[in-house]
Amino acid sequence: MAAVTADQTTQRTAGTADSVDAARTAAFDAAVAADDRIEPRDWMPDAYRATLIRQMAQHAHSEIIGMQPEANWITRAPSLRRKAILMAKVQDEAGHGLYLYSAAETLGTSREEMLDKLHAGRQRYSSIFNYPTLTWADVGAIGWLVDGAAITNQVPLCRCSYGPYARAMVRICKEESFHQRQGYELLLALSRGTPAQNEMAQDAVNRWWWPSLMMFGPPDDASAHSAQSMAWKIKRHSNDELRRRFVDICVPQAEALGLTLPDPDIRWNEELGQHDYGAIDWTEFQEVLKGNGPCNEQRLDQRRTAHEEGAWVREAAAAYADKHAARTGTAGTTAQPVEATA
Amino acid sequence: MTAALALGDDALVLSHRLGEWAGHAPVLEEEVALANIALDLLGQARMLLSFVGDEDQLAYLREERAFRNVQLVEQPNGDFAHTIARQLYFSVHQHLLYEQLAAGESEFADLAAKAVKEVAYHRDHAEQWVLRLGDGTAESHERMQRALDALWRFTGELSEPVEGLDVDQQSLRDSWLTAVASVVERATLTLPSGPQSGAWTAGAGRQGVHTEPFGRMLAEMQHLHRSHPGASW
Repeated sequence: MAAVTADQTTQRTAGTADSVDAARTAAFDAAVAADDRIEPRDWMPDAYRATLIRQMAQHAHSEIIGMQPEANWITRAPSLRRKAILMAKVQDEAGHGLYLYSAAETLGTSREEMLDKLHAGRQRYSSIFNYPTLTWADVGAIGWLVDGAAITNQVPLCRCSYGPYARAMVRICKEESFHQRQGYELLLALSRGTPAQNEMAQDAVNRWWWPSLMMFGPPDDASAHSAQSMAWKIKRHSNDELRRRFVDICVPQAEALGLTLPDPDIRWNEELGQHDYGAIDWTEFQEVLKGNGPCNEQRLDQRRTAHEEGAWVREAAAAYADKHAARTGTAGTTAQPVEATA
Repeated sequence: MTAALALGDDALVLSHRLGEWAGHAPVLEEEVALANIALDLLGQARMLLSFVGDEDQLAYLREERAFRNVQLVEQPNGDFAHTIARQLYFSVHQHLLYEQLAAGESEFADLAAKAVKEVAYHRDHAEQWVLRLGDGTAESHERMQRALDALWRFTGELSEPVEGLDVDQQSLRDSWLTAVASVVERATLTLPSGPQSGAWTAGAGRQGVHTEPFGRMLAEMQHLHRSHPGASW
């Protein structure tokens, strides 16, 4: 337990509202400074709560929308082994979405509300999933680069100041690392395969490299939320810091794969002990964020359609649960949401 | 190895159909559940096909007329009720069949002993959804009934003898009907009437005679593999 709980603070009747607020804020700040975890019942600043809801909902939505580009290849996977791996991965993503929606719900929002906002375009998902998967090699590039970037971003979140988020990330990062290795191994098989397979792998890396670098968000001097998130220890490293770390990891991996990264400006900087790399096309990034990427409409349409076409199923489950509860005389106590039993 | 091919193709084809749901399910928990069932079935298919030969050659390089699955499993997903009706009919059958095989001494005993646990879960999932949809809203009731009716004619083939499979077909058929009738009744639905198979209905999947949607399914499934002859993945 970290900060003063809401119950404790409301019992403090002495002092004005201002001094109560000041005491709560001080307790919260002290907990964050001491690297304690903030838990759902702890008091927290409204802006902290709002930031976490925004970030966690976006994270959950990314898992759900992120199923689409990969699911696009399930029915065409070229071997049964690869097909099983891909199905398991897409299933994991749905599971990650579920963890993250649950974690976000501890902040007082609901899954339904978050999904409604996603469908209305009022909450975002990662820009990367607005790119199309055009060949089988894209499945490997997503595993290696997109999951690799996600892990670089997410491992520090395992130490995030908000407990439920940090704990969800511990579970998620374990599975993501596994996916990342599988993606790498898929690309390795292609790059060492026939000339056509090798070409397919290189083409996929060419198309996914820059969008993967954009996953770390805008450069530090243009990142609206960074400073506050770092002060709250939601974020631990700056966008540019994580991006550079990712480049440093990928360069030797690309060499081992026998593939090149589509950036002639990548070179080792002896002085700084890190890689320099070329300029990112931030205009493209902004366009994708605005909804003008290659697949923005398609991704959101498919999500909305699945939700709308599934409405009668969810209604049926709710009606059945109500009837069942009424029949067994336990209305109000056993009426589980259908999700719990499915 | 006719029997291994028949059972393996059943699992392979149904797994593929369930894989088509990924990203389209009515609720997130069903994304997980349908993918989970699809994966179980794919695992079974891989083991069964490996009894016969190379799993990828068998899956990707046979043409439609060489597949030995029942026609039920190749039926398109339709709406969620159609998928659930197909799951009910097939998973009840598969569960009863694997129980018999697990208790026997054939070459399938070990595989069936492992798979029967998975299939019991698939069966439970299907039964629970038939109850929810049948006894849910007026719309879901109507959709569930329509789905049960539409797929009924493909169910006769399930209890036809398979060469090399040593099971009591009569008891399989009886148990299947009892189990399905019970769920359907509890779901306030009506057991479909009409022929379960026959010359103009269905029943020739085991002989490699399939329905029209199956060819398109295979075209999609096999396209990439066939485009790169001899490549490994």
